[in-house]
Amino acid sequence: MIQEPRLVEVRKNVLKRNDVLARALRERFREAGVLAVSLVSSPGSGKTAFLEKTLTLLHSRYRVAALVGDLATENDAARLARSQAPVKQIITGTVCHLEATMVQNALEGWDLRSLDFLFIENVGNLVCPSSYDLGEDLRLVLLSVTEGEDKPLKYPTIFNSADVAVITKSDLATAVEFDEAAARRNILAVRPAMQVFKLSAKTGDGMTEYLEFLESRRIRSRAVAEIGK
Amino acid sequence: MHELSIAMSIIDLAREEAESRGAPGVDVVHLKLGPLSGVVKEALLFSYEIACQLTPLEGSTLLIEEAPIIVNCPTCQEPRHVQSVQSLCCAECGTPTPEILQGRELVVTALELRQ
Repeated sequence: MIQEPRLVEVRKNVLKRNDVLARALRERFREAGVLAVSLVSSPGSGKTAFLEKTLTLLHSRYRVAALVGDLATENDAARLARSQAPVKQIITGTVCHLEATMVQNALEGWDLRSLDFLFIENVGNLVCPSSYDLGEDLRLVLLSVTEGEDKPLKYPTIFNSADVAVITKSDLATAVEFDEAAARRNILAVRPAMQVFKLSAKTGDGMTEYLEFLESRRIRSRAVAEIGK
Repeated sequence: MHELSIAMSIIDLAREEAESRGAPGVDVVHLKLGPLSGVVKEALLFSYEIACQLTPLEGSTLLIEEAPIIVNCPTCQEPRHVQSVQSLCCAECGTPTPEILQGRELVVTALELRQ
């Protein structure tokens, strides 16, 4: 006799394992008083140049470090090491995004309490990283002026998963006839009230405002951790 | 394209649930999928079939319920649908609405277990 299948309610998040790890990482960052900032964008939007500039400018006043994800090569880690900050490359092989477990493994042997800022550069990809929480306090999505103002409309999910948008390569804006108003309009359409910075890692234009924002976020998250103790 | 790894996670989850309930197999996996989950339905269905091969879930069906984006509209003070994923504005009054109540789901909601 064939019995009717039994319907059971489950209600479980498919990415629960990743989410549990990400929550644990977030808690570790909080306890250690380090602000974890991740970067997502398409390949070639200037993540590494932007991060190198960020590390170099923060290095004199803060203890900074970075993890950088790529499918292959350690080129980015070598570039970022020029900033004098500790940098570790995460090679993902064929995986198109970082997951919380990769971050956790990469942090092995690092004393987070010796850091003020930890940057995590994701694999260049505007699709897959949006599904994975890495435990970061702040996710930046980068959009370079050479990419086209409608990127947010084409990839709304990644913009929605991020906290802050950064328009990069602003020094090229005129040459490529970048329509800044349209870009900002599109960012706000997919992520209302999103904070937007526009800067150039090459000329340094706009970097001060962005760094001040990072510093204020660090102070704020430390204050929250202090009250939570 | 990370749907294959998502499909494998779904299979693992369903398998563990079935085992813990002493069921010999799973006929149907019910999944709730939000447009902001970052997962594409068609790609997931395609990957699921491949990922099921040579597992206890081979031959099972993945039934996807698409959950629309719902936001808390600050003007209407009510949960509302949005105009589109490209325009997160209240579908009723047009106010831009950053507070998302639903739309990021990637949740196994139920299983139909073989007896």
